Amino acid sequence: MNGTTVLGLVAAATVLVLLFEMMRRRRLREKYAIIWAIVAFGIALLAVFPAILTEATSLLGLQVPSNLLFFGGSIVILMLTLQHSSELGRLEERTRTLAEEIALLRLELDDSPADDDA
Amino acid sequence: MESVPARRVLIIVPAWNEEASIGRTIDEISATVPDADLLIVDDGSADRTAAEAERHGARVCRLPYNLGVGGAMRTGYRYALRNGYDVAVQIDADGQHDPRYLTELLERLDTADVVIGARFATPDDPYRVRGPRRWAMILLAWVLSRVAGTRLTDVTSGFRVANRRAIQVFAAHYPAEYLGDTVESLVIAQRAGCRITQVPVTMRARAAGQASQSPLKAAVYLSRAIVALVLALVRDWSSQTEHLTPTTPTTPNPGSAA
Repeated sequence: MNGTTVLGLVAAATVLVLLFEMMRRRRLREKYAIIWAIVAFGIALLAVFPAILTEATSLLGLQVPSNLLFFGGSIVILMLTLQHSSELGRLEERTRTLAEEIALLRLELDDSPADDDA
Repeated sequence: MESVPARRVLIIVPAWNEEASIGRTIDEISATVPDADLLIVDDGSADRTAAEAERHGARVCRLPYNLGVGGAMRTGYRYALRNGYDVAVQIDADGQHDPRYLTELLERLDTADVVIGARFATPDDPYRVRGPRRWAMILLAWVLSRVAGTRLTDVTSGFRVANRRAIQVFAAHYPAEYLGDTVESLVIAQRAGCRITQVPVTMRARAAGQASQSPLKAAVYLSRAIVALVLALVRDWSSQTEHLTPTTPTTPNPGSAA
């Protein structure tokens, strides 16, 4: 076992333990955990079989395997960030709707005693 | 002078930190159109806007935090829809819009679903805007005139009236995004089958806080306006309308016999 393999496996294991612990404490929902779990398993796979990476590198006509790794890594992170932005937008839209509803409900509440007097 | 009766009219005034001018605006509206109901939507003001509005006898709907004009207006339109108003009017809180034009705007609802109180419609309009900001306004007006199939000169105007059909649309869709409350909402209304028209109005100088004229800010405004416009035109509204529209009864359009 060389250093790269150990490093990769340790990283993957750390992510998986962290995921498990966060889910156990209800700090992370399954639908997000699954993406990170796939990423962690991907890292582990590449750590154990580095040949996959070198094969893919030569297949794509690239020179340095680590470049492909970094490229792949940044694409994954980019997609995850994009997904979070989209989730954030949906949440904003929902809180906006809730805020509007609260304002209207508060108005109704303020009104009801006044209606009794009239 | 009986042009506002029979129809139930709600005037919605979105207000954000307008304690200095809200009182005067309310007094003027209630003096000019006493038949209409008035709803101030306090858009999370940090000052005494809501208290000031109540002191002047207005109903105040308080948003828990600042949502922008789009959020304040959608709240107003929802209120109008739920309380069965026939017409909803939007007037800015800063006193820019003269409520005396309302009669004219309301009359135009006979042949349209949304009527905009528009600047720049007459050559002698004293309201002046220059530079990139002006170009943006011209561009927006030109494109939206094509979209609406009628001449519009001021699509960023926050002075407009909407009939029941348009209220239903706006209660479900009133974007909070940049320029969404003005430009995009018109595109949505048009897509939903509303007819849009305008009435020339003269707007007064803002009571406080003149719009920025710095070239950089105006250029930013221009680019954002273009982005907002393009997005509004290409957005897929039909897919969103289905799950959002809260079981709106498809009322027969009262003004269809033009």
